[in-house]
Amino acid sequence: MRGLICGPKLAACGLVLSAWGVIMLAMLGIFYTTHSAVLIEDVPVIDHSIYQDGSPERIYALYNKVGYNCFIAAGIYILFAVFSGCQLRLNKQKAYLVH
Amino acid sequence: MCSLLRGEEMCLAQLFLQSGSAYDCVVELGELGLVEFRDLNPSVNAFQRKHVNEIKKCEEMERILGYLLREVKKADISLPEGDVNPVAPLPKHVMAIMEQLQRLEVELGEVTRNKEKLQRNLLELTEYTHMLRISRSFVQKTSEQEPLQVQYEEFPFLEKDTLMDYSSMQRLGAKLGFISGLIKRTKIEAFERMLWRVCKGYTILSHAEVEEYLEDPDTGEPSRSVVFLISYWGDQIGQKVKKICDCYHCHLYPYPSTNEERNDVVEGLRTRIQDLHTVLHRTEDYLKQVLMKASESVYTWVIQVKKMKAIYYILNLCSFDVTNKCLIAEVWCPVNDIPTLRRALEEGSRKSGATVPSFVNRIPTNDTPPTQIRTNKFTSGFQNIVDAYGVGNYREVNPAPFTIITFPFLFAVMFGDLGHGLIMALFAFWMVLYENNRKLKNTRNEIWNTFFEGRYIILMMGLFSIYTGLIYNDCFSKSLNIFGSGWNVSAMFRAEVWKNADISGNRFLTLDPNVTGVFTGPYPLGIDPIWNLASNRLTFLNSYKMKMSVILGVIHMSFGVILSTYNHLHFRKKHNLYLVFLPELLFLLCLFGYLVFMIFYKWLVFTAKDSREAPSILIHFINMFLMQSDGVQPLYPGQTGLQVFLVVVAVLSVPVLLLGKPVYLYWLHNGNHRPGLYRGYERVRRNSEEELYLMRAHDMEEGASHSDLSSSGERQTDEFDFADEFLHQAIHTIEYCLGCVSNTASYLRLWALSLAHAQLSEVLWTMVMRVGLRMDTSLGVLFLVPVFGLFAVLTVSILLVMEGLSAFLHALRLHWVEFQNKFYSGTGVKFSPFSFSLLPSSFEQYGLL
Repeated sequence: MRGLICGPKLAACGLVLSAWGVIMLAMLGIFYTTHSAVLIEDVPVIDHSIYQDGSPERIYALYNKVGYNCFIAAGIYILFAVFSGCQLRLNKQKAYLVH
Repeated sequence: MCSLLRGEEMCLAQLFLQSGSAYDCVVELGELGLVEFRDLNPSVNAFQRKHVNEIKKCEEMERILGYLLREVKKADISLPEGDVNPVAPLPKHVMAIMEQLQRLEVELGEVTRNKEKLQRNLLELTEYTHMLRISRSFVQKTSEQEPLQVQYEEFPFLEKDTLMDYSSMQRLGAKLGFISGLIKRTKIEAFERMLWRVCKGYTILSHAEVEEYLEDPDTGEPSRSVVFLISYWGDQIGQKVKKICDCYHCHLYPYPSTNEERNDVVEGLRTRIQDLHTVLHRTEDYLKQVLMKASESVYTWVIQVKKMKAIYYILNLCSFDVTNKCLIAEVWCPVNDIPTLRRALEEGSRKSGATVPSFVNRIPTNDTPPTQIRTNKFTSGFQNIVDAYGVGNYREVNPAPFTIITFPFLFAVMFGDLGHGLIMALFAFWMVLYENNRKLKNTRNEIWNTFFEGRYIILMMGLFSIYTGLIYNDCFSKSLNIFGSGWNVSAMFRAEVWKNADISGNRFLTLDPNVTGVFTGPYPLGIDPIWNLASNRLTFLNSYKMKMSVILGVIHMSFGVILSTYNHLHFRKKHNLYLVFLPELLFLLCLFGYLVFMIFYKWLVFTAKDSREAPSILIHFINMFLMQSDGVQPLYPGQTGLQVFLVVVAVLSVPVLLLGKPVYLYWLHNGNHRPGLYRGYERVRRNSEEELYLMRAHDMEEGASHSDLSSSGERQTDEFDFADEFLHQAIHTIEYCLGCVSNTASYLRLWALSLAHAQLSEVLWTMVMRVGLRMDTSLGVLFLVPVFGLFAVLTVSILLVMEGLSAFLHALRLHWVEFQNKFYSGTGVKFSPFSFSLLPSSFEQYGLL
């Protein structure tokens, strides 16, 4: 069969992992863009100059950046999900062909 | 009714099976799976039983079926393992099946042997062809290089390479012989060396490898062979060479002396090989046809033969009554199923066309029946984990219905994470949705079967973990702020407690709840999300979780003690209520119940304002035992008096527990001088059969002798052994009192495991996910994708599988030891009915493959 790369189990695992990745990264992206305080340590803040900041705009910009990163990663996982779904379907077709 | 709480009421019944209809009745009973047969011929050897010939026939058929199955599997034909359920065949149909099987065996054997012979033949011819082809190249090499050899014709022995020279040999007059054949490549070196050593140079060996793999007929594996050609002078050498060739298992073929002969032989071989191929094809096709036809019905036959064998085993357990010409069987049967049993016997009699029906008769007995608890697909998982510790005694309280809720709850307390619980619940939900999928049900992977059998347990565990994840406010180690935190940081600034300079000057700052506006009220459900950012988070959570563990432990254990009242009441041992249950409960509640009370008191009465003067409960608890109150502020007025009272009650309950029951029973059994009053009282109560045998059963429990059952009722007064009873009770007292302390501490594993899980989860997030999220570069997004994949795999393998198994094990231990040793004895026998559905359901399990 053309295009059949993974076996059925690998395709199923890939589909589950991608689905989880899409949902979790999308939610993480939402939490980042709404500037959730719990995620403060996961934002790439390095220098101590934030203590001199008068307003939180710089931190908000960083939050948004990570949020968009998460959304893009979720998009990549959607592609993985589509790929795994196709592989799963090809595997099912192959199983029907043999018998 | 009440089957799950206590187990079914069982009775011993006698079945009178007429000889003609015995087989059919047993078939009916096997299909229904109602009763457990008792062995009425225990002293009879397996070979002396009545139906041993039929069983031998069945085993012979099984042997043939096994051979058939192996052949079918070898030919790669798929077996239709459908959900067929054929009925057991009648004895008159058995001969037909036997004949068919024997015929098939003979046919298959013949065809297989023929096929093997043909294959061997083909191999020989192929080897011969190869040999002729390759040895031609030896000769051709010679003819090409003949001009070079001319100068050496005087000295043939000095020629070291493997060329032959016909002409020089003929001139010497020596008789040249040739031996040619094939040998395995692995042996050619040794062969050559042996030839050289033995024949001392009177032979010349040339060899070349065959390019393709030839199948070794003995092992069936492809192996490389080498064609060799030995030329020798003299007959003696020839004999030696032949012997060496035999040693090395060479396949020898005649070497043609002239080229014309060689070409003829090659032509002949080619035609023969072609013919053989055709014949072989036809044979294989025929074999496949035979096997396909056999494979259609082999599954049915296997089940039929198994059922028949099972029926004959059961018939062997019955005893033959000569006067009534019927078989008598003794069975354990649930009382509620007696009408069904009657109907089954009637059906069996009707099917066999017997004039006299078989019937069932209930008989009284002193034996303890086996325990049967009816479960459905949801409760069977929980019943299995209770039975793994021990099957309950007959009609003892069954911990399983309570385990359905407490086990997932205690698991969830140790596992509490919303995200992980969600994944676990989804996995279990998938298994539950696809539980009728045959592929999932019938795999042979042991580990998968274990998970699949416990799918409802895992579902409950996952759902409860979602709940405790909400309470602990922990989702993949991050807190969710659903309702808005109750703590307010800006209030500290408004109240002028903190200034801007404080932030840059200090690494840690403490929010003071006593300042107005900082703490606006408790979070509605669970732990406030601000604790996720606090550095003293563990200090707060440890205190909370430890106290919660002790509270849950004391409640669970008290519940266990209270459950024992069900047993005491059911087995009509009211004295146990006052002499065992009451002291146990008082001991537990006066000491540890009071500890729980103090915990709640401290939580409710002391607020943030009194936090500096809040007492340490541990100090107060220790002082309670030492009966001193050295200078610490009392929690409430009258505390010392109450504590002294509680300690005295607890200490007094120990001798009551130790001596009460043995002394009371001694007084009861040795109060012979007042027989009329008490015996009469006991006689009045013996108005049902069940009570009669229950009295005898619980007399046996009381430590009276465990001798045979035929002794009379006088036994119960004569054989009461005070020393035995006292020892038993002493052990129970020590076990209980020390157990209370150690078991309460044991429940602290609820805290320990939930701490471990939370910390592992946090470490995984910090070391894996944070690395991906904090990537500052524009390639950060591409890095995040594999990092998340790694995070997911590690979450499943470490946090779900490893921690899940760990929490499962500890929750199970808490149930088995701390909960069940308060009321459960678990020394019963499980009811195993004679049922065809309990026979193995796949070929490997049948032991045929």
